[in-house]
Amino acid sequence: MEATPLTLDELQRRFTELEPAFSSREARIEANRCLYCFDAPCIKACPTNIDVPTFIRKIGTGNTYGAAKTILEANLVGATCSRVCPVEELCEGACVLGSDHKPIEIGRLQRFAMDHIYERGTMPFTPEPATGKKVAVIGAGPAGLTCAGELAKRGHAVTIFERNSLPGGLSTYGIVVMREPIEVALTEVAFIQQLGVDITTECEIGRDISAETLVDDFDAVFIGVGMGTVPPLNIPGENLDGVIDALPFIAKTKLAEKQGLSQLSELQIAKSIAVIGAGNTAIDAATIAKRLGAEQVTIVYRRSEAEMPAYDFEYDFIKREGVEFRFLTQPTEILGDAGKVMGLRCQRMQLSDIGSDGRRQVDPVPNSEIVISCQQVIKAIGQEKLILAELFGLATTRGFIDVNSSCETSHAGVFAGGDCIRSQGEAMTVTAAEDGKIAANAIHARLTSSIAAD
Amino acid sequence: MADLSINFAGVSSPNPFWLASAPPTNSAYQINKAFEQGWGGAVWKTIGSPVLNVSSRYGALNYGGHKLVAINNVELISDRPLDVNLREIAEVKRNWPDRAVVVSAMVGSSEAEWHDIVKRIEDTGADAIELNYGCPHGMSERGMGSAVGQVPEYCSMITEWVTSVASIPIIVKLTPNITDITQPAQAALTGNADALSLINTINSIVGVDLDNFEISPNIGGKGSHGGYAGPAVKPIALNMLSEVANLAEMQAKNIPISGMGGVQTWQDAAEFLLLGATSIQVCTAVMHYGFRIIDDLCDGLHTWLDDKGISSVNEVIGASLHRISSFGDLDMNSHVVARINPETCINCNLCYIACDEGAHQCIDLVADGVKIDPKTYSGDITPQPIVREDDCVGCNLCSLVCPVDDCISMVPVTRNRPHNTWNELSSERPEVLEWDGMARYRDETGIDIH
Repeated sequence: MEATPLTLDELQRRFTELEPAFSSREARIEANRCLYCFDAPCIKACPTNIDVPTFIRKIGTGNTYGAAKTILEANLVGATCSRVCPVEELCEGACVLGSDHKPIEIGRLQRFAMDHIYERGTMPFTPEPATGKKVAVIGAGPAGLTCAGELAKRGHAVTIFERNSLPGGLSTYGIVVMREPIEVALTEVAFIQQLGVDITTECEIGRDISAETLVDDFDAVFIGVGMGTVPPLNIPGENLDGVIDALPFIAKTKLAEKQGLSQLSELQIAKSIAVIGAGNTAIDAATIAKRLGAEQVTIVYRRSEAEMPAYDFEYDFIKREGVEFRFLTQPTEILGDAGKVMGLRCQRMQLSDIGSDGRRQVDPVPNSEIVISCQQVIKAIGQEKLILAELFGLATTRGFIDVNSSCETSHAGVFAGGDCIRSQGEAMTVTAAEDGKIAANAIHARLTSSIAAD
Repeated sequence: MADLSINFAGVSSPNPFWLASAPPTNSAYQINKAFEQGWGGAVWKTIGSPVLNVSSRYGALNYGGHKLVAINNVELISDRPLDVNLREIAEVKRNWPDRAVVVSAMVGSSEAEWHDIVKRIEDTGADAIELNYGCPHGMSERGMGSAVGQVPEYCSMITEWVTSVASIPIIVKLTPNITDITQPAQAALTGNADALSLINTINSIVGVDLDNFEISPNIGGKGSHGGYAGPAVKPIALNMLSEVANLAEMQAKNIPISGMGGVQTWQDAAEFLLLGATSIQVCTAVMHYGFRIIDDLCDGLHTWLDDKGISSVNEVIGASLHRISSFGDLDMNSHVVARINPETCINCNLCYIACDEGAHQCIDLVADGVKIDPKTYSGDITPQPIVREDDCVGCNLCSLVCPVDDCISMVPVTRNRPHNTWNELSSERPEVLEWDGMARYRDETGIDIH
């Protein structure tokens, strides 16, 4: 029971960036609406403290290149952030015009400036003279790239070790095409490489190179690896044909954009699909399944709407896409026939007390089993904690690496940032970038004090 | 509803809005359209000496995303054949007997040429003639336009040539490209002008193209000074209007003025009326949006007059003139201070930075009752801008930059000092002209400027 295949034209239409770019004139008009507040709240609301009023004023005066420079000074992954940040919770939410006007569209203006500099093609910063210091960065996602770029700017030799075949981390593999095309993620990386950052791909720590080698051969190490793979559901039927992980599923659609959309039509899509989980990844996977032609996509989540970790704008969006939600529903078994998925057996749940993680816990409702008919199950129930911390012998909390306010781990000279340290608060690209910056500042201070001491 | 009709030096018009002599009044086609839409009058684009125009002709000043904050032009007087213009003028006047049809004229500086053009215009049945002493480009190089307006002797001589033969009212249009506008105004009165109009365009270079370094507007790789007009020139026009309207001779002879320069809206027009204009001429706004703006010009003016309980537009003409004073006669002891309404403040801090860096450092950012330094402050409470009223000089700047309506008000405060002007003080106590004497006076009166 496969979904009807879509034509290439239809795929093209469904798999392009949703939010249209500003034209020059639209950008100027919007920029000129900005009040250019002094000591503006939008700056403080941005985890990377981008000088928003300054970059917007520069767009307003026609100095779009300068605007991009202002953004990049604070945030080397500003192009991704302009597309994936929950701006209504951050800069736009803080805009003083929000109270009785419409807040400035800061995200779209930032994207306009970044698109402009990417078209121009050159990184506006020249690295400082080489210091002779070497830094290893693990993971070429937003945290690692930012840390690497900031250190390279200051003249340190940085090598990034990346497990995947392409750099960019979730920007390249995990954010749906409709929000960030893969070219944007890869151009962002290429810009950072212009600062002299070396990237070794398909290199896994512990397999291709040991943690000890990094610690011994480099003056500092930064771990910016995000989280691991999707953990098992631990329910019967998990090995049936038709049970897939959300992240590789999303990654395939991202890569198809680079390698040719015809690859999308090779993806097997069932008529009815159940997605387990209700985070942003689940929403993205459900969106893609729907856009690839699935007739019925159901998100199954064991808690209620209120506990759902996905952003509000993601939730609003997916409801318009026609995806169905089953809240307070816990999968108990994947049903199969001849080795293939035929349905998802679930148990209805009810809310109970608030748990140790601050969220409402759920209890099963007796005798409330239901079966959702589906031929594919997509798992999007969070990511597994890492083994990398063990390799470096780092202290952790619930699997997340412990760091101090400088992003330094329990191992002196080893720093970490991004989702792998985010035991609290929202894991966002912008916070990962800020971690990379904080760590770079601390590493730079550490390296320069040792240069002074030499 | 208030009566908008005016009588301008014997020329009647159903409303005070006339199209200025400019591209919108180049032909019968245009003026017929304008009159159909309700314009009270039109000053035909200047006719007279033969000319040839260039291409391109106009340049723009844009600001903050707004197009045409001002326009400049190097277009000359009408390049259509004189007999075509005269024939169309006659036709328009025949079709529109209740509208003011004025013809702008400019010819070489000879009495015979002026007598000839006056006669030909009068033959069309036009209501009045406007002498173009203002055009600052192209014609001035040929000894016409502002070349006349800038020399009071020429101004009175040519005006007299015209008024000695004319049987219809003569309006002299003044150039602003002069140090003292009252001199050519006075000269026009010496030549027996029936009315004045001002301002013509201001000499300008409107822009340089940053890609190719060429001048805008670009005419085959070169540019030239052109006439500047539009919203940006309004304050200059209002000042010159009031200077001329306040001349004793103008008031004694009851000489009407047709005011222009940057009028876009009925509010602009009302300001011109209050400062002594009887009719209002409009050009740039029409070049930008078309004749249809006449609806709001009349409607808005009506509403304003009705709301004020004023029955005729004539009652407001010159009503603010007596409020124009020399600086030396202003009351130095009248005082206002800024007050910021914390309820409506949106914390953009534009008032703070404007006062701190652009004015007199009397607004503090205060969080929880304590003045904070925005460079180092990292608390959770949003700092509030608060005026130190004792230090506030009442300059208005904070209220001018505030983006919220009525958030910052300028409030009169009593400083318990008697009315005193600079002219009174400096004549009663000439010692204040020296710093020692000024210091003593300040001590006595408790004026502390630090």
